[in-house]
Amino acid sequence: MTGKSSQTCIIIGASHAGVNFAFALRKEGWQGSILLFDKEATLPYHKPPLSKSYLNAEDHQKIDALYPLESYTTDDITLKLGISIASANAKDQTVTCQDGKEYHYDFLILATGARPIIPNIKGIDTVKNIFPMRSIVDAVAIRTALKKSISKKVAIIGGGYIGLETAASLKKLGATVTVLEREPRVLARVTAPEMSHFFEKLHHDNAVAIHCNKNVTQLAHHNKTNIISCNDGSIYEADIIVVGVGILVNTELAEQLGLELANGIKVDSTCKTSDESIYAIGDCTNHYSPHYNKNIRLESVQNAVDQAKIAAASICGHEKHYNTIPWFWSDQYDVKLQIVGLTTGYNQLVKRVETAKEKSVSFWYFKDDELLAVDAVNNAKAYILGGRFIQSKQQLNKEKIKDSSIAITPTSFL
Amino acid sequence: MAQITFISSDNKSTVVSGNSGNLMELALQNKIEGIEGNCGGVCSCATCHIYVQPEDWTKIGPPNEMESDMLEFDDKTTNYSRLSCQIQVTDAIDGIVVNVA
Ligand SMILES: Cc1cc2nc3c(=O)[nH]c(=O)nc-3n(C[C@H](O)[C@H](O)[C@H](O)COP(=O)(O)OP(=O)(O)OC[C@H]3O[C@@H](n4cnc5c(N)ncnc54)[C@H](O)[C@@H]3O)c2cc1C
Repeated sequence: MTGKSSQTCIIIGASHAGVNFAFALRKEGWQGSILLFDKEATLPYHKPPLSKSYLNAEDHQKIDALYPLESYTTDDITLKLGISIASANAKDQTVTCQDGKEYHYDFLILATGARPIIPNIKGIDTVKNIFPMRSIVDAVAIRTALKKSISKKVAIIGGGYIGLETAASLKKLGATVTVLEREPRVLARVTAPEMSHFFEKLHHDNAVAIHCNKNVTQLAHHNKTNIISCNDGSIYEADIIVVGVGILVNTELAEQLGLELANGIKVDSTCKTSDESIYAIGDCTNHYSPHYNKNIRLESVQNAVDQAKIAAASICGHEKHYNTIPWFWSDQYDVKLQIVGLTTGYNQLVKRVETAKEKSVSFWYFKDDELLAVDAVNNAKAYILGGRFIQSKQQLNKEKIKDSSIAITPTSFL
Repeated sequence: MAQITFISSDNKSTVVSGNSGNLMELALQNKIEGIEGNCGGVCSCATCHIYVQPEDWTKIGPPNEMESDMLEFDDKTTNYSRLSCQIQVTDAIDGIVVNVA
């Protein structure tokens, strides 16, 4: 079935997941109409550059559009930007916009993603120039505030990927940057201590101050600047504060629709929810990974794009099952980090330092003899082959991986 | 303005022109089958792999280290493989013909 021309597919959320889904649905042969809603008014754009190249770009006007506007017209995808969906009703198969307008759907796609957590810190409403980093509006606001600031002092609350990338980019723009992390190390949730230390040193070498074990307990605005107080009594000053402490999945509509939730919207391997005519894709979902044999929720472009394609194929009757090894990247200064796999549950870490290459190191995460993940710093070969080894559950010789005199090839670690 | 011919995997030939951005973006704008550019052009996903015609190779030149590392172990890689996100669209590449890998 590829959708009769009278049928309507409604997509809520026009970012990596929703947009790629819309184009994939046409490619799969969907004949009906496609309505793509987003509360943001900007032509859908790439998010990863926000904290990277977009933030420190010379030309601030250029946005990295996912697709040019013409492509939506060519594929007869009706873009409804700047419109928020306020409610949804599974029984009537309708969604209702903020302005009260109602639309009927035959298939509904929830690609609602996530929103930044704004922590409940005392005084947070009193400080000036405090921003999350999730949308283009945030990135523009941060840049504008930095331009106006005389001291150019920035504090970043949270040392995750987004916080660290933002730190590196703002440093490049001439800011004095301090990162405050609650855990004993940065990237604590996602990587091994050795990787955290690599990135702490990288920032230190680039004159960005990283302070760990800093639980921010109070914020205040005083003498035209912000005062940040931590639990250990330390105090920092900053004109601009960027908050990067994680996200909350947007599940309100899913709740109204009565869908099954479990740390995100629960979907099967075709991205279908507990309702036959509703699919969910991207950051807002929780899916079962056959490879890792558990339910996972991912926050990545790869997951958004791949789930988009799976859902589109399934709706058009070309059923496909999602089982990709997750991958992700991060760019900070001159370092490109590429990650493949999931580290959770590892019990052994193998570190490999390329001697022939500058700043090139890779971390191989094992659970006993099974390779779970590879974090590759300036090392695309480790990333590519690591992914392949994970997928095929290849048995590897850890001593050989460690030995940088052995080149990385498809067979050299067997 | 550079004119570029893409030949997609289904052997469809499309002539497009551009004068800015990279070749992957140009392909996406023109909906060239087989070019995805999932990572947005930062050499991280290898979903924009193309083959340059041998006679055009000098116009485009070889990949940098990161890019060649991304390509090295791909079964589809040939001596004329490039990731199109790493190729800038300028007059210098006017007239080239590329095949989608
Ligand atoms: C600064 C930054 C850097 C990142 N860097 C990387 C990276 O290097 N690599 C990587 O793989 N990933 C990265 N990510 C993560 C990646 O961007 C996300 O995984 C991806 O955007 C998820 O796409 P999505 O479409 O599922 O959700 P989102 O991008 O969150 O999009 C959801 C959309 O739904 C809309 N929406 C929600 N509710 C409604 C409603 N009720 N009505 C109308 N519209 C609604 C929102 O406005 C939003 O536009 C980064 C993210 C950020 C913020």
